[in-house]
Amino acid sequence: MRPEVLKALNDARAHKRSAVLARRLSDNAQTLWVEGEPILGERWPGEVEEAAEAALGRDQGVKVEAEGDTWFVQPFNPPLRLIVVGAVHIAQALVPMAQLAGYDVTVVDPRRAFASDARFPAVILRHDWPDEAMRALAPDRRTAVVTLTHDPKIDDPALEGALASNAFYVAALGSKRTHGARVERLARLGFTEAQIARVHGPAGLALGAVSPAEIAISVMAEMTQVLRRP
Amino acid sequence: MSGIQGAGDDVLAQVQAWHDVGKQAAVATVISTWGSSPRPVGSMLGVSEDGEMVGSVSGGCIEGAVVTEAMDIMEGAEPQLLSFGVSNEEAWEVGLACGGTVEVWVEAVA
Repeated sequence: MRPEVLKALNDARAHKRSAVLARRLSDNAQTLWVEGEPILGERWPGEVEEAAEAALGRDQGVKVEAEGDTWFVQPFNPPLRLIVVGAVHIAQALVPMAQLAGYDVTVVDPRRAFASDARFPAVILRHDWPDEAMRALAPDRRTAVVTLTHDPKIDDPALEGALASNAFYVAALGSKRTHGARVERLARLGFTEAQIARVHGPAGLALGAVSPAEIAISVMAEMTQVLRRP
Repeated sequence: MSGIQGAGDDVLAQVQAWHDVGKQAAVATVISTWGSSPRPVGSMLGVSEDGEMVGSVSGGCIEGAVVTEAMDIMEGAEPQLLSFGVSNEEAWEVGLACGGTVEVWVEAVA
């Protein structure tokens, strides 16, 4: 890998831009695209360009034959994101687990006693209301949203924002009964049955989890399952 | 980083850090897999001239062989496409116990 390619690729990743690196294996020629624009290297064949777009969508590299050569096309998407609503005890376990799995995590809670730097030392904290926070964060298809407060005043605006987005995983902590009441509130707000069905509630796989860390494991497990086996 | 990497294995950042302090470095990348294999396409292993490693291209079965090749490539050999699988004649030493096959592209930072 040429040093200037390595540096430009790392710069793109540091700025959370999507990039694709294509290598021609016969001579190790390298072409780097950032946000769909060629940055370094020669033009690549049409087959490689098509493969690059598909590779970003699937988040997986691929070998392509083009013009008598073999190319390896490697996508670099910005990190997955997780928005945690509710700076509660379970969030303290969920945040580092998600970070270990490669997620960029943001915790939203207007209650400053919960969302304090002392309780959450290594994560972005937002103290705005979840409706404002969701507008600012603009969840996309590589974003998960998990609500943990049990308080409809905080959870519901976040779920409204999540359901209006393409977030790949939306989940709300709370018992089956709590979730039943939540479903009714969302229906009154005008969400369809299909939209409401996107909310995983109670959040997490049924592992029989008890402690905050175990519940965080069950949520991470379900999020992973939905990501990898949609 | 894309989802298949994760915290603690930012291979390209570490490889650049080695390069920036004047160390030779190489990058090994899984470019294809068949059957059961421990790490998906796009997984990377970085190697420094001192033998330091970051990331992985398998569950640990072939890293030793990849590092040996990476050392030669850092010293000026051409980039190489390595193939590992149960049919590999060195299967007992460096094959994949899981029965899969992987192709690994190894190149120096140069």
